Amino acid sequence: MSIFVILLLPLIATALVAIPFKRPAWAAGVTVLSSLAVLVIAVRIVRLVSAGAPITSGLKSGVLKWISVDSLSALILLLIAFIGTTAAIFSFGYMAHGNYKPWKLRLYYANYNLFLFSMLAIPVLAEPTLVWIVVELTTLASALLVSFEDTREALEASWKYVVLSLMGAGVALLGFLLLFAAMQASGSKEAYTWGGLLNAAHSMPPVLLQFAFLLILIGLGAKAGLVPMHTWLPDAHSQAPSPVCALLSGIETSVILYVILRLFPVMQAAPNSHAETWAIVLGLISAGTAAFLLMQVSDYKRMFAFSTIEHMGIILTAVGLGAAASYGAVWQIVSHSLTKSFCFFAAGAVLLSIGTRGISSVRGLMRRSPVAGAALVFGALGITGAPPLAVFLSEFSIFKAGLAQKQYVVTGLLSVFIVIAFFGIMMHVNRMVFGARESESGEAHPDNYSVPGNRFHLPFSCRLALVLAAVPVLVLGFYIPQPLQILLSQAAAVLTAK
Amino acid sequence: MTSQLLDNLNALVTGLFLLTAFGIVAMRQARGCLNLFIVQSLLLAASAALLGLRFQSADLYGVALVNVISKPIIVPWLLRKTSPAEIYTRREVDQALNIPTALLIALGLAILAHFLGALLLNSVAPEFRGSNVPIGIAGLLLGAFTITVRREAVPLLIGLLAMENGAFLCGIAVSRNLPMLVELAIATDGLIIVFIMGVLTRAVQKRIGTTAVGGLAALKETPDATAGGEKAK
Repeated sequence: MSIFVILLLPLIATALVAIPFKRPAWAAGVTVLSSLAVLVIAVRIVRLVSAGAPITSGLKSGVLKWISVDSLSALILLLIAFIGTTAAIFSFGYMAHGNYKPWKLRLYYANYNLFLFSMLAIPVLAEPTLVWIVVELTTLASALLVSFEDTREALEASWKYVVLSLMGAGVALLGFLLLFAAMQASGSKEAYTWGGLLNAAHSMPPVLLQFAFLLILIGLGAKAGLVPMHTWLPDAHSQAPSPVCALLSGIETSVILYVILRLFPVMQAAPNSHAETWAIVLGLISAGTAAFLLMQVSDYKRMFAFSTIEHMGIILTAVGLGAAASYGAVWQIVSHSLTKSFCFFAAGAVLLSIGTRGISSVRGLMRRSPVAGAALVFGALGITGAPPLAVFLSEFSIFKAGLAQKQYVVTGLLSVFIVIAFFGIMMHVNRMVFGARESESGEAHPDNYSVPGNRFHLPFSCRLALVLAAVPVLVLGFYIPQPLQILLSQAAAVLTAK
Repeated sequence: MTSQLLDNLNALVTGLFLLTAFGIVAMRQARGCLNLFIVQSLLLAASAALLGLRFQSADLYGVALVNVISKPIIVPWLLRKTSPAEIYTRREVDQALNIPTALLIALGLAILAHFLGALLLNSVAPEFRGSNVPIGIAGLLLGAFTITVRREAVPLLIGLLAMENGAFLCGIAVSRNLPMLVELAIATDGLIIVFIMGVLTRAVQKRIGTTAVGGLAALKETPDATAGGEKAK
């Protein structure tokens, strides 16, 4: 029952938001409330799932028979719900600051809820072609969010995003259709679901299975931002309004990666597939390229976008390292999503206080807005894996597994890329937060931020969202609660099911 | 009708499908591209109907029906509703490659698709073998190629839809028993693509004054550029 409610809520919210009420807070309020409700239900689903078997709709007709949530999908569901909620709270103050027309705000929140719906549907559905359709829906629902600012750059970003994602989706469609053919060729009588695929994997024609896997890896990889199909990602993830960036970078890429990860147990069950090799190669290329590109950015939102590409690479590499690292991979998905959404809230706070996205035009942020400055430093430390924050623990767990597997080259390269990214991000952030403004000749010249009246005060809801998003990043660095630990181990077991 | 005759007819239809895919690569006018796409979708529907007749599959008749209704009728209507009318009459002269070169590369892609298709066909049951798989893959590759060489919004969009047509032409041959609901959802999805991209095209036309979206290249890593796109609030 909860599964239907969790999908219905964002749709109801979309309809409610579209009502043209006078009060501008209506749309924002409805969105916050509905996403809070989604979060509560997601927690409930997680508790049900970690008690034992996957939840299904229990019905045998129509779409309903393809609904199934196991521990891995429940974990993803929880992440979407949490980030959906914090981003909705952040939107409340952030969007109110932008002097948008009421209809434009309604459009924003309607699209926001639709986007949330399409993402929630991905882990809930277990039929690959239906999953493909909702993946398409995530692109289409977020296209108008990316172009929301209606500037030349935003339109360009949105156009690139849509074209490359849909091109990838076309390739992936062929992959999913061939996967279906492979399952039929294996003689399996089960329904075409993730579970059915897993059971039929050992007798599928290997050529067909591998070709389908590669098509899906490339097609959906384009949307998850894997290099070399990543070119749209820094554009789209920097031009969208900051709360949307938090959703795009924080969770959408991970959700798409989740769909790809679903195929790994299937490939492992099939005889001599090379899925792990593909994952390591693509993962290392993504992490490495992004780490170097990070250093030369001139826009702090693009910086975090490149960091997303890097982390997608890290997760994919971890999956490629095999069963031992799958706990680390799942853990990294969680810590990256939580931290990256926080980073984009921090970037949004900086944008509100300074008004520009150029790294070189932000100096002395600490004096202009201590909250935004502190948040940016905290986010940067978190995402680069500084101890004792969540990403540190998850990356550490991947390294440990990699070394235990005697994959010294892969682990070594991965750690080098992570260190490069650390210095790249910290170099930029340090100058933005603590640096003094320089004049043309290069001398330091005082800004007027120290004057009390020039302090910028963030809206209350933005500060609230920052605090809420920071809590798990900080706490999970010290201590993983027992239920979460169980869920993570169960999810890791799904990834390596034999 | 004998299955031999149906197979031959299907081969003819898929052959024509491949021709339309080449046509979409080469056609300069947006209107011409759209017409070719409509013909292509009708051929896809015809192939689905022929295979349906051959294998007595009601699902495939459904696919044929959905394709006849959604692509030749609703897609052009949606495009007219959403995007500016004048772009259909415009000739696109600044393609990334000139037409003979583009066609040569397209030919290479079609040959590649033939070999990929042959590789796959060896591993499926004999009754699946036919021209649908290699030509479907060729349709997908040629659609992707169209997207990379075109700069105008409408031909780009048609390239995307042609990719989907290619995937489907392959799909109706190898995964015939796909649930009807999924087919319907995929068709609906195509319509949403047209709607969203039409809206975007209109926004681009309004803001930038052109629909040559391939020429948009403001976003890249330029050292020390002042990135100030998002309005100061």
